[in-house]
Parts: sequence; C-alpha cells; structure tokens
Amino acid sequence: MLHYVSEILPSLLSGAWMTINIFFWTLIASIPLGILGSLGLTSKIAPLRWILKFYVWLMRGTPLLLQLIFVFYGLPIVGIIFQRYDAALFAFILNYTAYFAEIFRGGFQAIDPGQFESARVLRLTRGQTLIKIVIPQVVKIVVPSIGNETINLIKDSSLVYVIGLGDLLRAGNVATARDVTLLPLVLVGIIYLLMTAVATFVLRKVEQHYRAWR
Amino acid sequence: MLELKNIKKQFSGRTILDNFNMQVPDNQITTIVGPSGAGKTTLLRCISGLEKTNSGSFILDGKSFDPANNRDNDNVIGVVFQDFQLFPNLTVLDNITLAPQLVLKQSKKESEKQAQKLIDQLNLTGKESLYPYELSGGQKQRVAIVRALAMNPKILCYDEPTSALDPDLRHTVENIILGLKKDNMTQIVVTHDMEFAKNIADQIVRVEPIKA
Repeated sequence: MLHYVSEILPSLLSGAWMTINIFFWTLIASIPLGILGSLGLTSKIAPLRWILKFYVWLMRGTPLLLQLIFVFYGLPIVGIIFQRYDAALFAFILNYTAYFAEIFRGGFQAIDPGQFESARVLRLTRGQTLIKIVIPQVVKIVVPSIGNETINLIKDSSLVYVIGLGDLLRAGNVATARDVTLLPLVLVGIIYLLMTAVATFVLRKVEQHYRAWR
Repeated sequence: MLELKNIKKQFSGRTILDNFNMQVPDNQITTIVGPSGAGKTTLLRCISGLEKTNSGSFILDGKSFDPANNRDNDNVIGVVFQDFQLFPNLTVLDNITLAPQLVLKQSKKESEKQAQKLIDQLNLTGKESLYPYELSGGQKQRVAIVRALAMNPKILCYDEPTSALDPDLRHTVENIILGLKKDNMTQIVVTHDMEFAKNIADQIVRVEPIKA
C-alpha cells in the first residue's frame, strides 16, 4: 500500500499545488477588493451603491460553479478570452470579493460614528482615519467571518475541475477511477484537512494578535 | 477671542439655534448651560466644525473663520467628547501622538516628548502603554484632554464632561479645567449641571429651547 501511496502522491501534490495557488491569489486579491467594495456599498454616491448591491446580489445569488462556466465558456462569446487558470482566478476573485465586501460592510457599520468625528476634530484626513483607526477595528470585528470564508475557499477551489483544471480533488478522482480504489480520495481528504488546519492555525494567531485591545 | 454672530442651525426644518450670539473671551472658562434638547451639544458641534451652520459667522481674533472647513488653518478647536472616543486600537501614547505626527508633522521623538509633559501634568504617568479599555472613566477622560491639548488648540471644548463619570469625580474635573485655565487655555464647557458650571465658569451662557 505504501508503494501505491508513493506512486500517486506526486500527482496529488501537484493537484494540491493548484488548489493552494487558487486559494492564495484569490485571498490576496479579494480581501483588499472587498474592503474597497464595502466602502462603495456604504458610499454616499447612490449609483455606486446600486451597482455594487447588484454585483453582490449576482455573485451571492448564483452558484460559483455557474460563474466559473460563464467566465470560461461564456465570456469568449463577447470576445473576452481567458486561459483556464486565469478564468478560474477571475471567477473566484469576483465571487469572494462580493462575500468579503458584505462582511466588511457589516464591520464598518459596527464602528461608532464618534470615531470618525474624533479623528476629524484632530484634523486627520479620511484616508488616515481609515488606515490608522477604522480599518484595524473593522478587521478585528470581521476576522472570524473572514476565517469562515477562508476555510470555505480551500474547499470551493475544487470547483475548478469544471473548466478542466487539475486540482487536488480531480487528481484524486482520476486515480480512483483508474485504479478502482478509494484510497486516493482518503488521501485527498487528509490533504484538505492539513490545509484547513494550517489556515485555522494562522487565523487563530491573527485573532490573538487583535486580542491585545478591545 | 471667539465671537459667534447670528448663528442659525436647522435640522430638517426644525430650528435648533436661531440668531444665536456669544463671545468666548481668551483665557477664560465659558460654560454653556440649558435644559436637555435645547441645542447645547449642537452649538458645540457647530463650534468644533462637526456641523455646518445654516447662517451666521464665526470671528476669531477679529478674523472670520469657518470651523467646518478648518482643516488647513491653524489649530483652533480641540474637543473632549462626552464618551471620550479614544481610539481603542491604539495605546494611550499613540492616541495622543497620532495626530501631532500625521497632521502637525512632528517627529516621533518630538511628539512623544510633548505628550509626556502633558501626561505627567494630568497625572497619567505610567499609563502610556495601556490600551483605552484598561483605563477607568476618569483616566480615559484625561487621555482625551491630553490628546486634544497635544494639537495645541486655541480653544478646548468639552461636551458634558461630568456625565460619564462617577459623581465624586466631578471635583477632579473641576480641578483639571481650572488648572488648564491657569495655563491660559480658553475653554468652553457644555453641561447641564448648574452647580458644576457655577464652580468653574467665568461666564455662563444659557441656551433655551426654541418654541416651535
């Protein structure tokens, strides 16, 4: 059995590498975009709010699987052609930005307006107020929800099989179908668990960091 | 001296302040009293630029000035909020030095030196590295006062400085305000506490509710 494991492990790990890539770049892009989106959702400019509300509704209201299919097979019809990997990233970032924007919106609305006023009478600019005072408080509030989405993202990344990308789950599926054994899928499960364990650990560290103040 | 002339402030059609006039002499304590809902806090918010007035003018040392737009002017008004509004994510020292560093472009060293002087003066020595949640109400208020003073304002405003504190701390607040007066700070204090107002005031200004 060990021999078999060592035989299929390279293909599983290469699939896991794809999973990690999708996970990492989606997170890196969609958290800052989500913050910007949440500022737009709470903006005084009504048309901007409407557009973003529509976007969030669209992204949260349809399956990510469908969005992946549309980005990869649908957008070429209007002349926008993505490579498989780029299409996957694009769809994931669009989708997760919408969720993060909603989470951050809740965070921003939990901040006492007095914080903005107190920064204002100290003559801080809006940017300084956001960066030094408000965003740290928002991040502290949203870390648990962001954590949830982060764990989801690791598992959602398996949806990329639908546009023909080889991720961890697909690698396991291929081996299972070929060798008629469930063992590859057991390994796949273990690798997912390891990845979520790392993410959970990092998230706990972040929460601890923000526990210094209340 | 700060002069308010014919200040008018309305909120969605309701008039809060109508042709309000007041003078705030230098180095004195002006208290603003009146029943709740009369517009005391609104007046203070207009003076500190958090609300725009509908009409009327502010004159500081003979020159007209717009508190709502004083970002690039000299430091005019400092505010101590009723609930202090310290920044919970920053230590006491960082709460105090943030604006001097970012706005007045003081160096870290310079701002900390000035902050330390005020911290010692207001009896907060040893609290520099604590976060606001670790402080008592009275300490929070003193940090808020130091934070406002660190911006070298010409006038320091307080909104109901006794209301969030234990009654026996009232005397301490009186001493702080009177102590700052000795340092020639011009102060405006909004309060509904007449006795407190009388104890500290050089001048008492009444704000009465406007009958609709």
